[in-house]
Amino acid sequence: MDPTVVTTAALQSQLPEWTALGPVIVLGLTGLLLLTIDAIWPKRNANTTYAIVSAAGAIIALGITVWYLVAGTGQETHGGAITLFSEAIVVDGMALFFTAIFTSVAALVIVASHDYLKGHENSAEFYSLLMFATTGMALMAVSNSLVTVFVSLEMASLPSYALVGFLKKDRGSVEASLKYFLIGALSSAVFLFGISLIYAVTGSLLLTEISAQFADGGVAGFAGVAGIGVLMIAGGFAYKTASVPFHFWAPEAYEGAPAPVSAFLSSASKAAGFVVAFRVFAEAFMPLLEVTPAIDWALAFAVLAVLTMVVGNFAAATQENVKRMLAYSSIGHAGYALIGLAALTAGGPHNGDVMGAAMAHLLIYGFMNTGAFLFIAMVEYWGVGRTFEDYAGLSQKAPLACVAMAVFMFSLAGLPVFGGFFSKYALFASAVSAGFWWLAAVGAVTSALSLYYYSRVVKAIWIEEPNGNLDVIESKPTGLYAAIIFAAVATVLLLPGFPIALETAEAAASALFA
Amino acid sequence: MIIEALIAFTFAAALLVFAVPNKYAGKVAFGLSLVPVIGSLYMWSLFESGGNALTGGDIAFETIIPWVEIAGIQVQWFVGVDGISLPLVVLTTFLTSLAIVSAWTPIKERQSQFYGLMLFMEANLLGVFMALDFFLWFIFWEAVLVPMYFLIGVWGGPRRKYAAIKFFVYTNVASLVMFIGFMALVFGLNVETFGLPEITQALANDQLGTWFGIAPDTLKLIAFLALFVGFAVKVPVVPVHTWLPDAHVEAPTPVSVMLAGVLLKMGTYALLRFNFTMLPEQASLLAVPIAIIAVVSVIYGAMLALAQTDLKRIVAYSSVSSMGYVILGLIAFTEFGVGGATFQMVAHGLISGLMFMSVGVIYNATHTRIVSDMSGLADRMPVAVGILIAGAFAYMGLPLMAGFAGEFFIFAGSFGSTFLPYAPIFTALAMFGIVIVAGYLLLAMQKTLFGEYRLETDYEVTAAPLHDVAPMAVLLLAIIALGVAPWVFLDMIFDAVAPILANGGGL
Repeated sequence: MDPTVVTTAALQSQLPEWTALGPVIVLGLTGLLLLTIDAIWPKRNANTTYAIVSAAGAIIALGITVWYLVAGTGQETHGGAITLFSEAIVVDGMALFFTAIFTSVAALVIVASHDYLKGHENSAEFYSLLMFATTGMALMAVSNSLVTVFVSLEMASLPSYALVGFLKKDRGSVEASLKYFLIGALSSAVFLFGISLIYAVTGSLLLTEISAQFADGGVAGFAGVAGIGVLMIAGGFAYKTASVPFHFWAPEAYEGAPAPVSAFLSSASKAAGFVVAFRVFAEAFMPLLEVTPAIDWALAFAVLAVLTMVVGNFAAATQENVKRMLAYSSIGHAGYALIGLAALTAGGPHNGDVMGAAMAHLLIYGFMNTGAFLFIAMVEYWGVGRTFEDYAGLSQKAPLACVAMAVFMFSLAGLPVFGGFFSKYALFASAVSAGFWWLAAVGAVTSALSLYYYSRVVKAIWIEEPNGNLDVIESKPTGLYAAIIFAAVATVLLLPGFPIALETAEAAASALFA
Repeated sequence: MIIEALIAFTFAAALLVFAVPNKYAGKVAFGLSLVPVIGSLYMWSLFESGGNALTGGDIAFETIIPWVEIAGIQVQWFVGVDGISLPLVVLTTFLTSLAIVSAWTPIKERQSQFYGLMLFMEANLLGVFMALDFFLWFIFWEAVLVPMYFLIGVWGGPRRKYAAIKFFVYTNVASLVMFIGFMALVFGLNVETFGLPEITQALANDQLGTWFGIAPDTLKLIAFLALFVGFAVKVPVVPVHTWLPDAHVEAPTPVSVMLAGVLLKMGTYALLRFNFTMLPEQASLLAVPIAIIAVVSVIYGAMLALAQTDLKRIVAYSSVSSMGYVILGLIAFTEFGVGGATFQMVAHGLISGLMFMSVGVIYNATHTRIVSDMSGLADRMPVAVGILIAGAFAYMGLPLMAGFAGEFFIFAGSFGSTFLPYAPIFTALAMFGIVIVAGYLLLAMQKTLFGEYRLETDYEVTAAPLHDVAPMAVLLLAIIALGVAPWVFLDMIFDAVAPILANGGGL
């Protein structure tokens, strides 16, 4: 270990334990600070101030998270996971890894929103809602009990509903928000009922205790109840990650929402769904696979993964609206990440690899998908239009952003040139090593199909001739541009830098199975 | 280090050219592209051949840096050259520079993007020929497609969208098939890295185990077929050649030069490296079908060329025919056959590059490529036409030109092959191709170049500018030089080919 790491590690280890929650605290305080500023100096045009404050908050939280990751906080090398509040909260490698995803996406979205929100009222509310949602996601990452899982999930969801409906004079935005909220409320109820059933069987809400109960065979005689509970909880996650069969809200919500919010939801919110799913199933429900073969949730996830990959990719291929296409593609990517749960086996030697690969995929996906939605945000900002035809010839007006968009599209499709290829390959290869070659096969075939609809975007912006609607493009919004370029650079650099992402993710995931 | 420097410089040059104003992009790109030429010549001057890189021979300019371990197999930055790849590296750098010059006249818009993509493609092509780790190689292999897709799609002719998509879809599907086939092999092998030498040697030592219940021999056969299909599309051979004429006809001249000159060689290079070096037993098993594909490509490609009325289509289909010779040389699996095939890759790269440039120069002047529209061009553009005729004779295999050397070695090698059953019959059939080549080239030249000048244009058709003719002249000199002294490449090629043949137990 090199000296700088040792010193930062030493410095970190002198801090009190609660500082492990630093990123969550910074995010929450930033949200409150925004409201305070708005209350004390209510100015109509303070968009820039709010953007700077919230971006600073997200970047500081990201900085702390990365520091902890490097210093080894809560990881195997430094005494293992840190638990707080009677084990209701746990800070470990996985929590930090996902917090890094949420905060990076949030920072990108904030920088891009600055341009998007010009001339809108209530920008303070927008940024603070975004910060509170990010806080909720960061809390989801550290939840170690079903109660904290549920509370943080709601905390992430409620601001999201408001964000989707932020364009309150736009019917599409309001309708999307309502749909999102209604389906969200339903799935929350189902999820909560699942939690109560698990509590009924095990008498505990802490993941570790539930796990111990299951391992002891405490489920005996209540297998049916436990099974339904597990299934309901899985349903709640399927909603949050926009997986089949609870994916219906996603295309509507992503299409209707302001594009930066779509970027945020489809990247960060989806990853947040996965972090709780990973933790709850890997930690609490893992023994079920061994002790009660009847409750084979891995098989359920395998079926869901296949359906999600197929439905997401096939539906995306038929879209004419670019934003809707991306919404379906994000469903398809949820299917890939679900392999991280589906390919788990009781005591399997490859569990850490599989889940680690899914985590690495979510990280890279966070950058490439956010970037793609932000490109849409820029096109919306210009008012060019929404379909593939409207996008024709954009590269002649904005070549740099179109290079970035080509990078996102090819990377999402898994072309070997960018980060997205490595993470998909790692996912499929580890699934094959775990014996689930058919999951990898479905993944490979659907991902080959995805090249069709992703390349349509590239073809539209680069190869088609403009059809006269591009004259509305007058300015180049700096913040949006910067965020898009940054996301593209990250997507490219994650090809050579993939080992760092994968090794961190594998170490974090393996710690769960230890 | 020189390989890293070469690839990194070319990438950096591509980025720089993207930022250069359109007006200067062509000149700057040419200037920058000379550095890789010098670099590759410098590598050539230092090179000492020592066997085949894959079968345990010396690897020149070798670098190995571990990259990432995925599912228990290490991916590395592993580059190096041997006697098979070095000639292709030199070909790539040389042809890219000339193609850039040949773009000065036809490319009129978005120049900086065009030249940037050309250099970006060059960097990836260099990577394809120098990577010795499967994963790294595959990344470069696929990365070549992206600039090519844009080069055809943005700067191409009227049907460019169709041609670009067809090219992209064909080659990507082929890559996927090839990738999956090879992965099955690697997982079955239990190797620690994706290093091609390690994989080759593990296969030679019969380390392949059963994988998901598939017996080693079946697995090898599946992998061989998947690889063959994947590379055959790239070569291309009949019946998966249909993307090629479309891509060529729509692509602008410099892009056609790169496509025919270097990109097709990726396919034959990969066939040699993977199918014939790693799985010679399966090649032997399938020798007759492969030879049939080769001969059909030669004859059918030539017949199709004979039937075309568009000069560029004629040259495009003749590439299919010429690549058939290369496949025949490979499947003969003799020193002369495989060595000649490798030599032919370089020779055909130069000759087809020259032919496409000539057609491009004629098109620049006349704005037509239809044979029956033209007549008597020799009067108006004597120098360009002179070089074109010389190039056509090189294509027909005139002795003392590179094409003759390549084809002669291939036929010499395949005639006496014991690896391929009925080798003399296949060779004799393939040799008919030469007659047809002479037929369509002479016919086309007679119609377009000689006779009375009768092209109706509203402007004067005059001699081509110097910067159009100069790269053609350079290519012609290179073709003659290689024809007179083929040993400059042949020695190192033979040296690198011999261990493959020993490895396969063929001859």
